[in-house]
Amino acid sequence: MEPHDVIKAQLMDAGDLERTLHRMAHQILERIDDDAATAEQFGLIGMQRRGVPLARRLQAFIQQDEGAEVPVGVLDATMYRDDVHLRPRQPIVRATYIPFDIDGRHLVLVDDVLYTGRTARSALDALMDIGRPASVTFLVIVDRGHRELPICADIVGRTVPTVPGEEVRVRVHELDDREGVWLVNTSAPPQPVGRTPQDEA
Amino acid sequence: MPAVADTLRHRHLLGLSTYEADEIELILSTARQFREVLQRRIKRVPTLRGVTVVNLFFEPSTRTRTSFELAEKRLSADTVNFSVSTSSVSKGETLKDTARNIEAMKIDMVVVRHKSPGVPQFLTRCVDAVIVNAGDGAHEHPTQALLDMLTMSDHVDQLRGTRVSILGDITHSRVARSNIFGLQAMGAEVTLCGPRTLIPRGVEELGVRVTHRLDEALEGCDVAMALRIQLERQGTSLFPSLREYHEQFGIKRHHLDQHPDLLIMHPGPVNRGVELAGDVVDHERSVILDQVTNGVAVRMAVLYLLADSPEAVG
Repeated sequence: MEPHDVIKAQLMDAGDLERTLHRMAHQILERIDDDAATAEQFGLIGMQRRGVPLARRLQAFIQQDEGAEVPVGVLDATMYRDDVHLRPRQPIVRATYIPFDIDGRHLVLVDDVLYTGRTARSALDALMDIGRPASVTFLVIVDRGHRELPICADIVGRTVPTVPGEEVRVRVHELDDREGVWLVNTSAPPQPVGRTPQDEA
Repeated sequence: MPAVADTLRHRHLLGLSTYEADEIELILSTARQFREVLQRRIKRVPTLRGVTVVNLFFEPSTRTRTSFELAEKRLSADTVNFSVSTSSVSKGETLKDTARNIEAMKIDMVVVRHKSPGVPQFLTRCVDAVIVNAGDGAHEHPTQALLDMLTMSDHVDQLRGTRVSILGDITHSRVARSNIFGLQAMGAEVTLCGPRTLIPRGVEELGVRVTHRLDEALEGCDVAMALRIQLERQGTSLFPSLREYHEQFGIKRHHLDQHPDLLIMHPGPVNRGVELAGDVVDHERSVILDQVTNGVAVRMAVLYLLADSPEAVG
């Protein structure tokens, strides 16, 4: 959890998350059949950071159940965000690494939480700069509502209505000390940028 | 893994003397991500859309200015070039008035190069914009040292403990000063080597080793960074002749044979046959062109990390 989080409820435990991912892997497989497209024409794109291990787990389920190899790429959409001039400090730019050609491929974009839709918008812009996929399907573990852009997810783990001040935290053992999904109250104050005496001179 | 800061604690980049290891590591790791953008088919990201940057060059510079300009364009910033030959400076305007005029044009960031040390610092007092030092006299050239460290980090396990020898005209070199500060912050060991006339007295107090013998400087060294001998200063007789300089301090082919892991760097432009023999410049262990590529990525990282909004602070 983040420093100022107060847990209100646990939405999923590790077992729930596992079952949800397994179900969503099957939904991806249905699309592979529906589109009469083979697994080789698909690709999973995990969004930094927690979308990345989630995409790898979906890949493992697809491999385990159908023996199909769907490659995983990693996308960081920080450079495409629309709020550079509104923030007191810049978020860390993480790696983008897509080891396959996305041109003509059916992509599944994987993220943990869908909220305003702005991250998804920047991810789509980033993908379009990298190539021209045949289609993009959007998969999220939790849709918490409050969209600010006309964006919706195609494959949703759970829809959770939230109110201002609440956040949804998806935690995975690859990156965190616990696994599951929590609804929290957060009162984190904005972080001021540190200044040095040299700057003030 | 060295510690990485999650944000810079500085608002400007005036020099590396006040930057700490975790901040430098943040710039380098961000630059590695921007380097990936430079490999793409479309080498442009919309990150700094709406941010206006002026390149204020009071001293002639082609490569640093081009590198900054490219970094700004790759980030979709709006750029304005202001160079001394075409500006009102040649009509007698003071630096402060120039700065005020730029301020009135609503500029967000200023990249400045000037022959006088301290000009970037002075500008921070005149304007609200973020200031990035692109070289001020013999003081600092921080983005050059950052790109040098990025290049080194691709070839060594970690900068901590890496032995770097800086060769040549240390006295007049802002590149050497920024590298000394940056490399020491990162825990590298720095040796300076050159003729006595080109090494400032008392420089050992910065914690560097000094030698006047090239073979001593190269012994056990991981990276040799040759600095440009400024031919335009030749009139001042700091050493007898270019030929003698090359004999004593120039890196030649046999040095590469003697030191099979030695990496060769140079901030450019190279005087072939002076600091480095021609076949050393073209050798596979010379990473001079990697430095140029890394320069664009490092400058993108610096511009991105410093592009804050003064109104959003606090």
